[in-house]
Amino acid sequence: MSFYILKRLLVAIPVLLFLIVFTFVLMYAAPGSPFASERGIPPAVLANLQAQYGLDQPFHIQIWRYLVALVTEFDFGPSFIYRDQDVNSLIAQGFPVTLTYGFWSFVVAVLVGGALGILAAVRHNTWLDYLAVGVSIGAQVLPNFVLAPILVLTFTLWLGWLPGGGWQGGQWQFVVLPVIALSTSYMASIARIARASMLEVLTSNYIRTARAKGLPARRVILRHALKPALLPVISYLGPAFVGMITGSVVIDIYFSTGGIGQFFVASALNRDYGVMMGITILLGALTILFNLLVDVLYAWIDPKIRY
Amino acid sequence: MFATKSVADDLATAPLKGRSLWADARARFFHNRAAVTGLIVLIAVACFAIMGPFIAPWNNEDIDWNVLGNVQTGGRPSLETGHWFGTDALGRDLFARTVQGTQISLLVGIVGALISVIVGTLYGAVAGYFGGRIDNVMMRVVDVLMSIPYMFVLILLLVVFGRSLFMLFVGIGLVSWLDMARIARGQTLTLKGKAYIEAARATGVRPFTIILRHIIPNLLGVVIVYATLLVPSMIIYESFISFLGLGVQEPLTSWGALINDGAAEMTNGTLWMLTWPLLFFVITLFGFFFVGDGLRDALDPKDR
Amino acid sequence: MSLLEITDLTVSFDTPDGTVKAVNGMTLSLEAGESLAIVGESGSGKTQLAFATLGLLAKNGRAAGSIRFDGQEILNLPEAQLNAIRADQIAMIFQDPMTSLNPYLRVGEQMAEVLMLHKGASRRDAMTESAQMLDAVRIPDARARLRMYPHEFSGGMRQRIMIAMALLCRPRLLIADEPTTALDVTVQNQIMDLMGDIQRDFGTALILITHDLAIVAGSCQRTLVMYGGRVMEMGATDDLFEAPSHPYTRGLLNAVPRLDVPQEMLQTIPGDPPDLTALPAGCPFSPRCPIRHGPCADIMPSLDGFAARRLRACHADREAVT
Repeated sequence: MSFYILKRLLVAIPVLLFLIVFTFVLMYAAPGSPFASERGIPPAVLANLQAQYGLDQPFHIQIWRYLVALVTEFDFGPSFIYRDQDVNSLIAQGFPVTLTYGFWSFVVAVLVGGALGILAAVRHNTWLDYLAVGVSIGAQVLPNFVLAPILVLTFTLWLGWLPGGGWQGGQWQFVVLPVIALSTSYMASIARIARASMLEVLTSNYIRTARAKGLPARRVILRHALKPALLPVISYLGPAFVGMITGSVVIDIYFSTGGIGQFFVASALNRDYGVMMGITILLGALTILFNLLVDVLYAWIDPKIRY
Repeated sequence: MFATKSVADDLATAPLKGRSLWADARARFFHNRAAVTGLIVLIAVACFAIMGPFIAPWNNEDIDWNVLGNVQTGGRPSLETGHWFGTDALGRDLFARTVQGTQISLLVGIVGALISVIVGTLYGAVAGYFGGRIDNVMMRVVDVLMSIPYMFVLILLLVVFGRSLFMLFVGIGLVSWLDMARIARGQTLTLKGKAYIEAARATGVRPFTIILRHIIPNLLGVVIVYATLLVPSMIIYESFISFLGLGVQEPLTSWGALINDGAAEMTNGTLWMLTWPLLFFVITLFGFFFVGDGLRDALDPKDR
Repeated sequence: MSLLEITDLTVSFDTPDGTVKAVNGMTLSLEAGESLAIVGESGSGKTQLAFATLGLLAKNGRAAGSIRFDGQEILNLPEAQLNAIRADQIAMIFQDPMTSLNPYLRVGEQMAEVLMLHKGASRRDAMTESAQMLDAVRIPDARARLRMYPHEFSGGMRQRIMIAMALLCRPRLLIADEPTTALDVTVQNQIMDLMGDIQRDFGTALILITHDLAIVAGSCQRTLVMYGGRVMEMGATDDLFEAPSHPYTRGLLNAVPRLDVPQEMLQTIPGDPPDLTALPAGCPFSPRCPIRHGPCADIMPSLDGFAARRLRACHADREAVT
């Protein structure tokens, strides 16, 4: 098993390197200097600025410095717009926020979605099943950027129960709507996947064998059907994670939660290449790491995977 | 006597059910009420997008100066003013803008889906057909690309190369072909073992001819289903980017941009700005999902 | 009192294409320790008969009639009561050993849980017992094999595991549904030999469901021929092979390739298996029957006894079947 993990890690490292180089090349190839937005800078000042950030160096020196700083000191480099801030301080500011509501969204999506899907399959063609199917179909057409305004409209403007934005250090009232907005469509997808795979597993021959052995229904489900039924759900966790990270941008913008998504969009609109690159690489690394975890989890459950 | 009629006669008179695969699928599809409803909705939305500009009394760029300044009351949806869906916060006709947004969103959805389906199918079919090391390397590349948060990369691309509609098409299409490649490869692997492929290979048909003439046509069912389900996700991607203000630029608009505008004005009591684009967005997605599910059930009966 | 007494059993399924009548008034009885082969082509209802006995029908299936096991009515029994009988009294071996074991659980777990459930055995005892049983079905190095997963075994090995698992509680009746169909011919013989030995050693009654007449001859005392969900004829295996009394049995026997008699072509029974959604009012075999006459299509012949414990359901004279 540890050999397997090591092998996957060895694959993950070049992927991460590829991502870093790709983003860096993209930024390097971008037309104009990072300071081009500030029109009317005297050439001498511009040259000074370039030198200060090392942008006058040849490409290979620039990327080497960036890589070394990143690997040895986790230094994501400077922001080209806010002179007094570097990417690390922006991350330190926004990442805890993103992590908090992201974690809860993930937990809600997996637990609620998984339980709903499994129960719907076990109680096939009952009201619970119809409810699960209805919810998952409905949530398909309500991505986070559609759901967020609807939630605010309902719970903030009409009912007045919850605040429609802000963070306040992560008090629960401020976390609820972001979590619902972010998790709902993934919860629905997980419920749909879990239901479909459970239904398929329940018609499989080995479940019939388990029933022929006289095992009580509960044991058949929990011990014989649950593991295989959850495998497709586990495969989906990677894409769900990517989707939620992406969705966090909408949450930050719409609810003004102050997560890193907010900085990302601001930097995209300002062409602040340093911040964009830093955030993309950070989130890319997180995604790669998470996919690694999912792979290991999958291999742990499915004995047919050879390490 | 009774026994004189032979068994062969009996068999000859028995009704023969010899419908083709596609006719069979069509019959199954039109038996599915949700799918037919979805299809009707999609046709209606398409008509709206195509006919809209000809019946709209207002242009999508013109500002109604009578409304500007009192949008809350003057910009309400009304038959008299000709603003059937009301106006936006700048006094522009929302009907015309919704028509325009529908055009853009549908276009991005369909073109993006086409790009990703074509790229993905070819890639997957080639990987699956050649197998071995080629397959290994090609699928490893897909794995690698899959573990990248593509939306950020896409936004990066849009920022670096400018926010053009063309870039949006290409970008969205190119980040979405990975799933299609996997599906196409899996199907190709099962097709590869079929006798008629072996026969084609044995008679010396060139690999790419086999892929184009024998593999791709047999992937068609799966591809159609997947493409139908891909269009709504393309629309969601585009709307997502436009919602952030990084997608299509004014005066062009799309559902995402309209929803964003409407959501921003929500507290001012001008709810129609949110509800109209939202309505079109939601029913279109429903339509695509239902049609896609219906097609899957129709083309893959074992899945029922 | 017979061990198993099936009377007038019907099994039907509600499907979008209409009601599929898989079993239509089956009657049979089986003594303790006896072995019976049920023969018929696919779609003759033989598997559904077995599933109905253990209450394993698909959700859209309905069964009516009577199945008495050891004097107790077991048809449509509540799940909890059925669970007490399954594996403990009546065990079943399925057609496809490749998919009938749970691929995500170790073989030992899957075997031991049977004993822990029905006999209240401890985990350790159950494992020991399971290893002994694997030994009995001639799987070498049984103890170590318990820790392996199904995909690490060949098809034949898996079927041996299925047999071992079925025998753990020493059931009084073993139903084997096409146990060798999915296996290689050489492995088929090994499995059939094993089943014969097991049945003798354990004194278990056996119902062997198959479409393959070749494996019936050496392994079962009695044979029942099924078609369209009905009994066509039944009798001691040797008698039945010697002198079939039903045109369908005759057709089946003719279709077996033989080495001792020179044949120019393999014989087949013309026509298709019956459409179970629209069976004829009379004998289900009548559309394909070479000696069909007057009442065959409209009136179902009764199942009548003749000779020594033989039964047949046919309007034609026995002499006509040759």
